[in-house]
Amino acid sequence: MSKLFTISPSPHIHSGDSVNKIMYSVILALAPAFIWSIVMFGLDSVRVTLLAVAACMAFEFLIQKFILQVKPQITDGSAALTGVLLAFNVPASVPSWMLIVGSLVAIGIAKMPYGGLGNNPFNPALVGRVFMLISFPVQMTSWPAIGTSGVDAVTTATPLAILKEGVKNGQPVFEIFKNLPTNLDLFLGNISGSLGEISVAALLIGGLFMLIRKIITWHIPVSVLISAAIFSGIFWMIDPARYADPIFHLMTGGLVLGAFFMATDMVTSPMNPKAQIVFGVGIGVLTILIRVWGAYPEGVSFAILIMNALVPLLNRFIKPKRFGEVKIQSNKG
Amino acid sequence: MLKSFKIGGVHPAENKLSAQKAIEVLPLPKSVFIPVGQHIGAPAEAIVQKGDQVKVGQLIAKSSGFVSANIHSSVSGTVKKVETGPDTSGYPKKGIYIDVEGDIWDEKIDSSPELNSEITLDAIAILAKIQDAGIVGLGGATFPTHVKLVPPKGMKADVLLINGVECEPYLTSDHRMMLEHTEELIVGVQLLMKALNVTKAAIGIENNKPDAISKIIKIAYAHSNISVVPLKVKYPQGGEKQLIKAVTGREISSGALPISVGAVVTNIATTFAVYEAVQKNKPLFERVVTVTGKSLKNPSNFKTRIGTSIGELIEAAGGLPENCGKIINGGPMMGKAVTNTEIPVTKGTSGILMMPETEAKRGEIMPCIRCSRCVSVCPMGLEPFLLMTVSEKQIWERAESERIMDCIECGSCSYTCPANRPLLDYIRLGKGKVGTIMRNRKQ
Repeated sequence: MSKLFTISPSPHIHSGDSVNKIMYSVILALAPAFIWSIVMFGLDSVRVTLLAVAACMAFEFLIQKFILQVKPQITDGSAALTGVLLAFNVPASVPSWMLIVGSLVAIGIAKMPYGGLGNNPFNPALVGRVFMLISFPVQMTSWPAIGTSGVDAVTTATPLAILKEGVKNGQPVFEIFKNLPTNLDLFLGNISGSLGEISVAALLIGGLFMLIRKIITWHIPVSVLISAAIFSGIFWMIDPARYADPIFHLMTGGLVLGAFFMATDMVTSPMNPKAQIVFGVGIGVLTILIRVWGAYPEGVSFAILIMNALVPLLNRFIKPKRFGEVKIQSNKG
Repeated sequence: MLKSFKIGGVHPAENKLSAQKAIEVLPLPKSVFIPVGQHIGAPAEAIVQKGDQVKVGQLIAKSSGFVSANIHSSVSGTVKKVETGPDTSGYPKKGIYIDVEGDIWDEKIDSSPELNSEITLDAIAILAKIQDAGIVGLGGATFPTHVKLVPPKGMKADVLLINGVECEPYLTSDHRMMLEHTEELIVGVQLLMKALNVTKAAIGIENNKPDAISKIIKIAYAHSNISVVPLKVKYPQGGEKQLIKAVTGREISSGALPISVGAVVTNIATTFAVYEAVQKNKPLFERVVTVTGKSLKNPSNFKTRIGTSIGELIEAAGGLPENCGKIINGGPMMGKAVTNTEIPVTKGTSGILMMPETEAKRGEIMPCIRCSRCVSVCPMGLEPFLLMTVSEKQIWERAESERIMDCIECGSCSYTCPANRPLLDYIRLGKGKVGTIMRNRKQ
């Protein structure tokens, strides 16, 4: 007996799933939306996306190497994913230096100080994005005009911004809608907006890919979208002249991007299906509340960040269905 | 739709390499080492000494309590010594060494291959035979069967479940048994029903064994009170609580025994052993062991005498593969890695699995990304990530209130974790500690 065998407790086999595979699969799922953004915004979208990815990875590397002095782990794909998501949430025309500042906030403030991957309470890309929105409101809300025909009315503002402005000026919604793109344009993404959020179709392809590959489950995206639809539908039924219809709410802004790619961020979402549904409903309702009553035309980012803060509570008080919780059907006799 | 347990579960690659290999009788070894503690409960007490002559099936160690089991010689020959020897646990365990001389069986044993389907004994006599034969749960848990068949006061079983699931990847011994000893198994089921005084029995089989399902349906057809239930291929379908849930829909509450919902579960090999013990007077001294592995030349199912070293089985299956990095006693999900090939086959050995070096080591541990896959695969509805954390931080009260003791150690969480976190390792640690605390509190 010369040979030494490995001894370890069971199980002795593994699914082969890995953190890297998950991260890169999510990035792959974002590819259709990225391609569409190139169609709409040209090379600017490539510039913004690559820059954000490079900046996030670089900041993570520098912080791990020189400040935390640990082995850099940037190949796990999480920093790259944060970069892609940050890029998708800004206008394609955003100045490069602002994006670098946003990346520094995302990685340097929202992620690494908490302990890096797996420990951050808030979605890093959204923290970076909201920081940019509050610090540079002009650049962050000026969307590039798009060259395609039939949309000259929408050159510098998103449909949601036009709606908000119109409602504020007392215009009835159906009047405002005359200046807005059709539902089909909204679905395909033939509109202006943040780089990666415009095409519902492209995002749904990516979302479906993640569902089929079991990267995410349906609980969060479906509960976000359905609750947003129902909640906005209530307003719409009360007064269609003052509130937009649910289809419009679902297809504009970052709701679909948020529902499939931001709210489902594993690190910052709850750990069991029941809690995930509560989390998703919270996001859907808060988004519509902000859109209807808030100062900003769009509320997905804020809604997700607010619900991120509640995740520890949700995890603490909403437990998965335990085996054996039902009453025993005993046959004592 | 196929029946199944509802919460969690995983589906590892099945790798049933030896499913088409008929059971072969392993040649007699030159010597055996028969441990006296092969079951849960008190070890048996050796009643033979150095130099004693023993026959096959002769009692050599006597049960030392109610939760204990007799041990019989698996060979004929001379007792060499009664001493400690190698064990799966890595700690030396007491046992009986016997040098094999010939193959002389105890006269009482009916060694003919003919089926004896006539049930003449009553429940008490059947139970006595089972206890005398030293039968324990052969699925791996090795809980003495006679204890299981006597419900605690005030409780009564109304259904017998036979576990033919064999949900562990690689293992095929029960599958072959169902194909090759179907008639005997059905007699075994009837014996157990009689011993338990129940009127119905169900045999649960995972749907990846269609040949076994159709064979058993054909034979069991004559018995209207025995049903065959095909089950969805999902691990751990063969977990006791999961099987009861899948077949009967009854859910055992936290900390309770299967009898609390009126069910008793025994596995296929155990049922066959009951048949042999009662109808053939044959004590438990041999069992079918699957010897398997991707690099193994000839994955097989061997009928093996207890006490044979696993090295002999590996030799018979084509020898230890060059690239073998790990030897597992049992299946890949719940089996135990062993340090050498001198370890004997015991009553609980259902398989010997050799893993190549490339699969022997675990992947690099990454930070938990809170993907919640461990929660969604846990068949007990627990939160493995949380149980690991509280065990790591030694917060035992929280571990208990988060129901750490409900864990059945199926390994689905560690199997599925993309960050390769040692979830089950820490949960076991926590279970050990919390279990001790709870016992001390009772006293």
